[in-house]
Amino acid sequence: MTTLPLLSLLVWTPIIGALLVLFGAGERNNGSTAKWLALITSLITLALCVPLYTGFDLTTPNMQFGELSPWFSISGLTINYALGVDGFSMPLILLTSFITVIVVIAGWEVIETKVSQYMAAFLVMTGLMNGVFAALDAMLFYVFWEAMLVPMFLIIGIWGGPNRVYATIKFFLYTFFGSVFMLIALIYMAIQAGSFSILDLHKLPMTLDVQHWIFAAFLIAFAVKVPMFPVHTWLPDAHVEAPTGGSVVLAAIMLKMGTYGFVRFNLPIAPDASLAWADVMIALSLIAVVYIGFVALVQKDMKKLVAYSSIAHMGFVTLGFFVAFALLATDHDMQAALGVQGALVQMVSHGFISGAMFLCIGVLYDRVHSRQIGDYGGVANTMPKFAALMMLFTMANAGLPGTSGFVGEFMVILAAFSANFWYAILAATTLIVGAAYSLWMYKRVVFGEVANSHVAELEDINRREQFMLVVLALAVLALGLYPKMLTELMEPTVQHLLQVSLQSKLPGA
Amino acid sequence: MEKIYLAIVLAPLFGAILAGLFGKQIGRVGAHTATILGVAIAAALSVYVFWQHGVNGLPAYNASVYEWATIGGLRLEVGFLVDNLTAMMMVVVTSVSLMVHVYTIGYMADDNGYQRFFSYISLFTFSMLMLVMSNNFLQLFFGWEAVGLVSYLLIGFWFKKPTAIYANMKAFLVNRVGDFGFLIGIAAVLYWFGSLDYATVFAAAPDWAKQGLTLQVTDSVQWSAISVICIGLFIGAMGKSAQVPLHVWLPDSMEGPTPISALIHAATMVTAGVFMVARMSPLFELSETALTFVIVIGATTALFMGFLGIVQNDIKRVVAYSTLSQLGYMVVALGASAYAAGVFHLMTHAFFKALLFLGAGAVIVAMHHEQDIRKMGGLWKHMKVVWITALLGSLALIGTPFFSGFYSKDAIIEAVHASNIAGSGYAYVCVLAGVFITALYSFRMFFLVFHTKERFHDADNHHHHKVPHDDGHAKHGSHTHHGHHDDHGVPHHLPWVITLPLILLAIPSVIVAWFWAEPMLAGDFFKGVIYVAPEHNSLAVVAEHLEHGWVAFALHAPMTVPFWLAAAGVFTAWFIWVKNPKIADVAQAKLKAVHTLLINKYYFDDINQALFANGSVRLGGRLSKHGDTQLIDGLIVNGSAKGVGKLAVQLRKLQSGYLYHYAFGMIIGLLLLIGWLYFRV
Repeated sequence: MTTLPLLSLLVWTPIIGALLVLFGAGERNNGSTAKWLALITSLITLALCVPLYTGFDLTTPNMQFGELSPWFSISGLTINYALGVDGFSMPLILLTSFITVIVVIAGWEVIETKVSQYMAAFLVMTGLMNGVFAALDAMLFYVFWEAMLVPMFLIIGIWGGPNRVYATIKFFLYTFFGSVFMLIALIYMAIQAGSFSILDLHKLPMTLDVQHWIFAAFLIAFAVKVPMFPVHTWLPDAHVEAPTGGSVVLAAIMLKMGTYGFVRFNLPIAPDASLAWADVMIALSLIAVVYIGFVALVQKDMKKLVAYSSIAHMGFVTLGFFVAFALLATDHDMQAALGVQGALVQMVSHGFISGAMFLCIGVLYDRVHSRQIGDYGGVANTMPKFAALMMLFTMANAGLPGTSGFVGEFMVILAAFSANFWYAILAATTLIVGAAYSLWMYKRVVFGEVANSHVAELEDINRREQFMLVVLALAVLALGLYPKMLTELMEPTVQHLLQVSLQSKLPGA
Repeated sequence: MEKIYLAIVLAPLFGAILAGLFGKQIGRVGAHTATILGVAIAAALSVYVFWQHGVNGLPAYNASVYEWATIGGLRLEVGFLVDNLTAMMMVVVTSVSLMVHVYTIGYMADDNGYQRFFSYISLFTFSMLMLVMSNNFLQLFFGWEAVGLVSYLLIGFWFKKPTAIYANMKAFLVNRVGDFGFLIGIAAVLYWFGSLDYATVFAAAPDWAKQGLTLQVTDSVQWSAISVICIGLFIGAMGKSAQVPLHVWLPDSMEGPTPISALIHAATMVTAGVFMVARMSPLFELSETALTFVIVIGATTALFMGFLGIVQNDIKRVVAYSTLSQLGYMVVALGASAYAAGVFHLMTHAFFKALLFLGAGAVIVAMHHEQDIRKMGGLWKHMKVVWITALLGSLALIGTPFFSGFYSKDAIIEAVHASNIAGSGYAYVCVLAGVFITALYSFRMFFLVFHTKERFHDADNHHHHKVPHDDGHAKHGSHTHHGHHDDHGVPHHLPWVITLPLILLAIPSVIVAWFWAEPMLAGDFFKGVIYVAPEHNSLAVVAEHLEHGWVAFALHAPMTVPFWLAAAGVFTAWFIWVKNPKIADVAQAKLKAVHTLLINKYYFDDINQALFANGSVRLGGRLSKHGDTQLIDGLIVNGSAKGVGKLAVQLRKLQSGYLYHYAFGMIIGLLLLIGWLYFRV
């Protein structure tokens, strides 16, 4: 057993690093000190994940690396600084720490103004996001959850595009609106349970009516974050205006907060309501897959297109979770596990793929200063290396087997068939629609004759850009060819969740 | 043996990685040496594996290579199943691939993407091997889509050509429609069998089928479970093996370089569907509905795609439609439960069709990248090797006795005749008529290319008129695939790397059936691999006829209808296009409506474009505009923001700042309060 408070280190190292970057380095040497300091901090954070990974016990669904100390009390209720990870949160902490390194590298030559503030904002966000995933106290979770909005708000608002004010306000109001309901639900339950510990809340029996209310409150908070149809329209706007790094973090990690919320709160806390809501949730997920797929097809802005494709892909996550409930009700336990695992794999995979897609768009944007598909054409002629890497990510986005994009979708579709034939039919349309929007964009941007003088002058990716894309490419392939390295981390926790979900929490049941 | 199987798969993969990632460092020679070495190793070892399993009777190998994931007790693995069917496919895939690799040295000599091309075709070989060697549905799907990916990359190899990048996207998307069905089929297998492992599923299938399970599709509609599985899987085969109506991508795939048309779009990838159904015979045998579906689709493809071959003038497209038609024959065989005949035709077809494609490519190279057969003619004296080998390939294709194609095609026709599955009557008419059509289009092309008057002199002048002979032209040539147009209408000399593969492919095209027709069609080569229900055994009649050996079987041919149909086809082709060329024009004028229909390929492309491509974009546009922009954002999101704004404007009016307004408000409020209190009591 490790004696280091590993999770605390993962939360606070980036935040302390951020303070050093901000106040220690500042804009000295044109911000180059700040950049190096940020890179070192992000690398240390990533290095801290190594003992987390190697020390993680694959046999237990229990919380590991636990930390507990009282924080403060209100009217007899103690709010603890309680951290811990299980199979759901540990991979997401790895993902967050990994993506942070990429994001720091991505901003290296691109951000020219307020470099130290930019880097600091990302580092703070990393710490807070790790905090969200590690928090085992509902109030601590809520604090991290809300605090996380601030750096993202600043990133879009300061380094964003021309319409950034509209986008930030929309983003902020949407997500803030959602979390208020969550706060109410948390406080209500904490009073009932006499504890803010999330694990205690998992055990709290509640009538179906109460569960409905609790479920609905969480749903509003998490659905906005995922985002689920119909509360998704903030995402394309936020992406379009965000700088590349912002888009990467938003797509790769922030969206996962919503789906993480579902497995951490909705499903175990309100299993009876979850079952009752399953049909609605499945319907919304399928709308996200089909409807949003068609909407993505006609986007003219590359970032919007990838943003919509993100929504469609996140639809598979929610589909997987709630299909599992339908399956548990009919005793298809294996397929239920497949649904949840597929959803979880899809979360991590989407982190890699959407991050990579936004980086690719960023690479083009840095050179041509346009995100319009129509402004490109024939990029492969001038940027062959870039074209090859983007091909891989495009195919991963289209769910090609051998890439990570396939694994989650495959599992969820297989599970969906066992729940209902039509779920699978609708979900599997992504095979066609997803390929259509991904490849059509690739065709218009990368293939063809050199379209204009901007494309003719393009220079292929430099070593820095190549490095970050290759690292992501390796991640995409590794997860696609050997998903066991991820699924085995999560399997005990998934099994535990399914057992918990099977047990009714109605009083007297 | 495990190490050998692994080496067969990995050798081409290493070649592909080397040529793909380090193409610049190792250069052209390095790239083709590395990839050819990889494929040659795979081919040599495949022959060894075939020898061990097919001749020495080594039992089937079935084991896992590594565990992909285990979820809820379901083990998902990557593993190999090597039995006689697999071994045969491995030999076909690697040997044709090796020929194509060698041929490519000559064909792509002038191309900038030389290393990239070699990398792709080696990657293809790897993917195809993964597909045929799989022992489970997951890996099958991996190989299935991976060959689709490489096909996509290779059709769009010349990514500047608008037609090529249109064709490759079309190919991928149409294949994805098939894969959609395929995935549903796989999901159905998991649902009912709880496993994706072939052996487990096949072992459980017979007893399971006796339960007569159904799938509740709607409240009043129920589908038989086994039919859902089989038809789902077969829709995948329809995409990959280009069966009507998912055939539309294959003719367009001719936009890719000719070597891959031979390898991927004739010999191997497009036959994956046939292989897959043969592999799944323990399932298909349980569903007569599915078999009927299969035989009708196959028969329609066999005949109606053949018709289109008659009106095409692009040499590659004629061969492409011929491929579609022959794939139809294979699928018909599957539907008639003559899986062995389908797979046997797959093998013979792989050799003679790869030969014909590579021959067509040789003609194209020699003709300075002219593909229009109307601008050829009389080429026999300029390229004797191509002429002879193309003749052999064509004779094999039309089913001339003693040629390999004769045995495989005759077996199919006899089996369909013997079959009593619903739809076999229709299929029998189609495959018989198809024999005449096959001979007609094959020899039309053969005569127009190699015999008749030399027409390329005029054509070439015309060509040169269009593309002047200057530096710009040379640059154009090096940028795209066009070779040199240096001489005036004299066909190019062909290097040995192009002619040698033709000769090496011509040999099996003629003789392969001499050795394998009996064991594969009548013997027990596929015993324990392909399962045929006793009541479906349509190949029994073929076995009877083969009793006296392959020579007697061929000598018996003139007593059968197909022989005379093929002869009539050749004669008609000769009469119309050699003897009396005016007839073609007259016929075209007289049968204008038919000709228009054929030239427009039954309007499949137009309908698909209008309905699915444009329809989807229009639907997406509507949803985006009315759904996201107007309804959600316009009305609800910004609407509520505006609503708050408007409310605020109204509320602001209350704060007028005038004391008497406030005083008035207070008095009214007070009165209301008093009134309420008073009336409440």
